Amino acid sequence: MINRGYYEGFGGAYIPEILVATFDELVDAFQKAKNDPHFWQEYTSLMSSFSCRPTPVTFAENLTRMFKGPRIYIKREDLNHTGAHKANNVMGQGLLVKRMGKKRVIAETGAGQHGVATATMAARFGFECTIYMGEVDLERQRPNVFWMERLGARVVPVLDGTRILKDAINEAFRDWVTHMDTTHYVLGTACGPHPFPEMVSYFQSIIGKEARKQIMDLDGRLPSRVYACVGGGSNALGIFSGFMDDPVALVGVEAGGKGLDSGEHASRLCSNDARIGVAQGYKTYFLQNSDGQMKKTHSIAAGLDYVGVSPILSHLKEAGRVRFEAASDEEVLNALSLTMQKEGLIPALESAHAFVQAFKEAPTLSSEDSILINQSGRGDKDIFTIADAFTDPKWREFIKKKAEGYHA
Amino acid sequence: MLESHIRAERGKKEILLMTHIVLGYPSFEEGFQIIEAMVEAGVDLMELQIPFSEPIADGPVILRANQAALANGATVEKCVDFAQRVARTFDIPFLFMSYYNILFQYGLDRFAAFMARAGLKGAIVPDLPPEEGEDYLRIMADHRLAPVFIFSPSTPDTRLRSIAACSKGFVYCVARKGVTGSDTRFTGELESYIERCRRATHLPLALGFGVKDKRDVDFLRSKVDIAVIGTQTIRLVDKEGVGGRRMRRWRLGLI
Repeated sequence: MINRGYYEGFGGAYIPEILVATFDELVDAFQKAKNDPHFWQEYTSLMSSFSCRPTPVTFAENLTRMFKGPRIYIKREDLNHTGAHKANNVMGQGLLVKRMGKKRVIAETGAGQHGVATATMAARFGFECTIYMGEVDLERQRPNVFWMERLGARVVPVLDGTRILKDAINEAFRDWVTHMDTTHYVLGTACGPHPFPEMVSYFQSIIGKEARKQIMDLDGRLPSRVYACVGGGSNALGIFSGFMDDPVALVGVEAGGKGLDSGEHASRLCSNDARIGVAQGYKTYFLQNSDGQMKKTHSIAAGLDYVGVSPILSHLKEAGRVRFEAASDEEVLNALSLTMQKEGLIPALESAHAFVQAFKEAPTLSSEDSILINQSGRGDKDIFTIADAFTDPKWREFIKKKAEGYHA
Repeated sequence: MLESHIRAERGKKEILLMTHIVLGYPSFEEGFQIIEAMVEAGVDLMELQIPFSEPIADGPVILRANQAALANGATVEKCVDFAQRVARTFDIPFLFMSYYNILFQYGLDRFAAFMARAGLKGAIVPDLPPEEGEDYLRIMADHRLAPVFIFSPSTPDTRLRSIAACSKGFVYCVARKGVTGSDTRFTGELESYIERCRRATHLPLALGFGVKDKRDVDFLRSKVDIAVIGTQTIRLVDKEGVGGRRMRRWRLGLI
């Protein structure tokens, strides 16, 4: 192994021997790309023509006035192609796949966003594409399955384990150990064995690079706080990276689910329920029992519902550089409603976690301050989940009629 | 020690058999009967897998056995108690197989001390490459236990040698790409891989992944020291249930 990628004791590469050569090849390809000044240029130019980059920063004037505190700015990752920051990572890895000469990509997906993004990348670059998705998620996210299949991907339901995101990751690894000669595994977040945490953060750093420049242009100074939701951690690391060396407070918001005391949440870094462990190829905080078996997690947002978290964020937590908070399902729906009604923006349920914490803290800050929230994805793709969460009666009626139409 | 034991047995037989069971599957009691039947039938070594919720190197059969064992309430504490009972009852070498998190949460030192006390001979940890195993290697050595590492067909020669230098007892050669339980083609390609493994180490070689019947074992005879019957053992238990006579016939059928 060339390099195992540790962040003060977190990370590493706990991989079966059969994959070691494949990881060495990937580490090598990534290092070469990183050291090639044309590569980043190729990447940003692809993202500007394919995915609407740079995404804007929006001044939330009405929310600012309402909270009577800091100026509130929102980084609009929801305006990426396929509706989330996931596009940044998959297009970057797609360019690497081309460099490595591989012809097939595989990916896991939870909410389906990473799966759809990977399927668009595969279509654009002409790769064969297989997406692993837990059966539970598959049922929750049918529209995304529809898009993946239309884009030419094969969607494989994962029937083992808890049948959600972590099980889809295991299944993708099982595919990879069989087909690594032709296949690249496009891991969707800054987790997993080295070099994935570093590589995914590298592609997502485009968010922070843009955001820092944009807010300096708009506001003339740095924000006092930056907020991002944390599932695996890739959108958070992306935006935080732009402010890492600045006197800016960085706040990661995890899924509080039904409350930290309920046990039904996915808070690895701000609850007492997680312990340091090794699974899915890396060392980090995992929600696990005392034997080391992974626990069930819960969040209203499928994209945050994961047992582990980026080893880079575990390190930044211990180093005191990033503060972590939790937002409950209920708070998330309230923040989502407020943002829609006041600003006409529709954050994804995942992203709305960051808004919850920003709204809690805004009244405590002065009008001299400004804050920046990462709207990592758009919510209109979650229409089924959000309509259910709001128990919208007209929507329910519409779905019933639609179903009757299919019976006719 | 494990290595000398294997050499002594190999002096008497052309090939040794190692089987694999998942602790707590179908239940601890049935597991005990399976082991009893296998030892009676002449199995030479056994891997006892402590179930883990995320077994990434295992195929569907062993994966589901892991899940079923956990669903039936198999805790690490129950597994180690059971392993101690087994190792003290039967006179063949037993090894633990599990994923690193199980050892890590139990405490590496506590885990190794327990194995030594209970009479287990070593461990196979498929998600722990030697580079990540510094503490593990030191602690296993302190307790005179065998850390068994893994060769794969994609491992280059120089790396085969460095893995062999960390391994004790024997080296586990994975026959092919993929997870446990799929078919392996027993052909010349496999033969040249085994030769490459031989040149990399003086340790005995075990070969597993896809070994399922007499033809496969015959192919491996005099090429490797140990044939590993993993998934096929669990399939047999699933299909035939727990019965000593059938186990005996099965062993005779393989040799």
